Amino acid sequence: MTAPYIADFTTLSNNGVRAEPEWLRDTRRTGIERFAALGFPTPRNEDWHFTSVAPIAEASFSQLRGASGQVAKGALAPFQFGESDWPLMVFVNGKFDASLSTPELVAKGIRALDLSTALRDEPTLVEPWLGKLSTSEDRSFSALNAAFMSDGVVVHIAPYIESAVPLHVIFVSDANAAKGVAHVRNLIVAGHHSKATVIESYVSLGDSGYFTNAVTEVQVEQGATLTHYKIQRESQRAFHVHTIDAQQARDSHYVSFSFATGAALSRTNIYTNLNGEGSGATLNGLYMADDEQHVDHQTNIVHSQPNCFSREIYKGILSGAAHGVFNGKVYVYPIAQKTDGKQTNNNLLLSDRARIDTKPQLEIYADDVRCTHGATVGRLDEMALFYMKSRGVSTDAATKLLTYAFAADVLETIEVPAVRTELERATLERFTGSSVAL
Amino acid sequence: MGGTIETLVNREYQYGFVTDIEAETIPRGLDENTVRLISAKKGEPKWLLDWRLKAFARWNTMQEPHWSNVKYPAIDYQDVIYYSAPKPQKALGSLDEVDPKLREMYGKLGISLSEQKRMNNVAVDVVMDSVSVGTSFKAELSKLGIIFCSFGEAVREHPELVQKYLGSVVPHSDNFFAALNSAVFSDGSFVYVPKGVRCPMELSTYFRINAEGTGQFERTLIIADEGAYVSYLEGCTAPKRDTNQLHAAVVELIALKDATIKYSTVQNWYAGDEKGEGGIYNFVTKRGKCAGENAKISWTQVETGSAITWKYPSVILQGDNSVGEFYSVAVVNNHQQADTGTKMIHIGRNTRSTIVSKGISAGQGNNSYRGQVKVLPKAAHARNYTQCDSMLIGNRCGAHTFPYIEVQNNSATLEHEASTSKIGEDQIFYLTQRGISKENAVSMIVAGFCKDVFKELPMEFALEAQQLLGITLEGSVG
Repeated sequence: MTAPYIADFTTLSNNGVRAEPEWLRDTRRTGIERFAALGFPTPRNEDWHFTSVAPIAEASFSQLRGASGQVAKGALAPFQFGESDWPLMVFVNGKFDASLSTPELVAKGIRALDLSTALRDEPTLVEPWLGKLSTSEDRSFSALNAAFMSDGVVVHIAPYIESAVPLHVIFVSDANAAKGVAHVRNLIVAGHHSKATVIESYVSLGDSGYFTNAVTEVQVEQGATLTHYKIQRESQRAFHVHTIDAQQARDSHYVSFSFATGAALSRTNIYTNLNGEGSGATLNGLYMADDEQHVDHQTNIVHSQPNCFSREIYKGILSGAAHGVFNGKVYVYPIAQKTDGKQTNNNLLLSDRARIDTKPQLEIYADDVRCTHGATVGRLDEMALFYMKSRGVSTDAATKLLTYAFAADVLETIEVPAVRTELERATLERFTGSSVAL
Repeated sequence: MGGTIETLVNREYQYGFVTDIEAETIPRGLDENTVRLISAKKGEPKWLLDWRLKAFARWNTMQEPHWSNVKYPAIDYQDVIYYSAPKPQKALGSLDEVDPKLREMYGKLGISLSEQKRMNNVAVDVVMDSVSVGTSFKAELSKLGIIFCSFGEAVREHPELVQKYLGSVVPHSDNFFAALNSAVFSDGSFVYVPKGVRCPMELSTYFRINAEGTGQFERTLIIADEGAYVSYLEGCTAPKRDTNQLHAAVVELIALKDATIKYSTVQNWYAGDEKGEGGIYNFVTKRGKCAGENAKISWTQVETGSAITWKYPSVILQGDNSVGEFYSVAVVNNHQQADTGTKMIHIGRNTRSTIVSKGISAGQGNNSYRGQVKVLPKAAHARNYTQCDSMLIGNRCGAHTFPYIEVQNNSATLEHEASTSKIGEDQIFYLTQRGISKENAVSMIVAGFCKDVFKELPMEFALEAQQLLGITLEGSVG
């Protein structure tokens, strides 16, 4: 199934449409070669054991060219939240749309621009990092992305800058995205001792079947704190594969939250490398799926240096015939003494056809560590339900209330109030059919 | 305490000696003729030969698996002697007929048959290099209708039972090593406990690998008929060797309605020297099936030996309300590697399983827990509790956890907890401050860490296990 992509690539390079720098052409070439060698992953690949990407491999998606001017500003309103002064960047079907985005993003020590512009005008903002923070060595989708990466956001936060307002990046797909694929590539560099929040939203304006294949590369420099929220609300017929690769320097803190409710099949990989002493990572997430949805999260926290900590809580709510997958790995190198790691995965199965495969993993090669993980699977607590019913709460309301309470635990870890409120609302809506409080 | 540690670390493997008994062996190598030869030597019926050949044909098509978290040089399957039997080979009615040299050897091991018989009320079926040489308490057991004999004897005396159950839990095609075992297994133990009978004593067998270069391919089959109860003990010690020896056994347990099988193992095969030379490869397939309602299978294992331990004693919970348990202590030191855990397959309704795994890594050892808990769509109200803790002693060892939790029924409740930490400095300090030597302090802390598992072991095994643990770990802290 790799042939159409390889053919596409040949056309692309022959046309010479892009007068791209040599290093980028090299990256692309390596990408397509790796992809050709690896092919699409099969369930025989341990990392993809519970997720079959056959629907992606068998459908042949063509490169999206972007469709600007089609999306009206008002159409994005449901996906916007927070204060109106939040800087906003919008990508429509994988291409940057300046008309929908906030102009003048140079202010406040934060540079944010689209990848095409950055490559053309300011390659120095890109070259030192792009393709270097994230590997595509044994990852088909990242390799494919490297070959075709078209657009995305480039964010630079200057040293010592503490930004109070988050940057919201929306990737929106509309009806024109049908049967197309957007290879989004983002780069976030948080300068030393800076503090900022970036939100990536993947949303859809219709219910077309398309494929988002995104890679986000993140560098968190010394002493910096980067809060990185990912909200995935793709169309119910879409496919979504997203890999986030973060590299952390000394005393940095990377805070990530992954919220996933959309897509027919989604896979989110969040990998972080604690590559500086005293650094820490907080990876939290909530996934909710129903009908025939398949939602897969894989996280890998690599403790490469001593005295680092990691905290992880992922919760899943599955109903209908949904299939959830969680695979969380904590890897501790021999040198990484005094590692403190904690990982939790809780799953709630609301229907008798829902299915969960969870695999929390610890691989520890240092001795002076404290690492724990826990996983649970179950349905709503019958005692709690009974208690509420005995107090006159209807079964329906009690179920919703308890489901919401289960999710609220992890949503409360979101520090930006507007984001938390919005995701709480979305969670309620998801399982009550309305955003009205119970 | 440096001096003591030094001595302990360098302590030679206590049980490393070779008993010089003339063994009847066949040439190295494996082909269809080897399988036929083994079968002919054992005078087996045609159905069993056919089964072996089927397994051998299947094995030829299989690849050796390499997904485990262990590393070892490639095994040359043509360089193994697949059959070796001690020469004086006549049917033995009483212990007195056992070769004096053999008895001397068991004496050294502290498992003197007569002693055991008199004092421990334990029936021991000693398997030495593939052929069963001594069986005790047989008469007493047979009064109750319990069959406890070598596998070969079972094939001769009770072919209908063997034919019915052999391969019913671990099919000949199950995995690479099980297929190999099915083709070339030499002997093993067979237990059948009839309906409603509670086996009055702990059944036990000691396996020993003796002739150099002989792979040992044991086959154990235990059947507990409706309402029966049996507790089976397996203990292992092996002489010192330089070449790695392959041990690919298969253990099958079948518990019918209301039956209970308790299977305990203390494994202390030779682990190789401090440089990682030699040692046993212990690649075993152990699986039990709770075939009927309310059946229960409980595995308890203490793994201290072997260069590589790679096994997953599993339970198929087929009958409604059936129970599976797995209690494990795995210790690795020097260059030992262990990839062990369990599989609990919940098929029936209201099935319950408990997993308690304690891993201890010292030296440059690597210890992995790999477990699967699978709840199939029909297994309503399935319940699982898993706890796996790892303790690290020293900074060159590793501890890894790979749990697979796969749930397809929403009335199931599963909990999994795991932790990995260093042996508590403050605990050691507290104990040493009370005048307890560091060595003993570590021993006590480890014994406490493993208590949940040891308490599942039969008394005499629990003592042996604690002692083994102490010996394996002594000298690793300092």
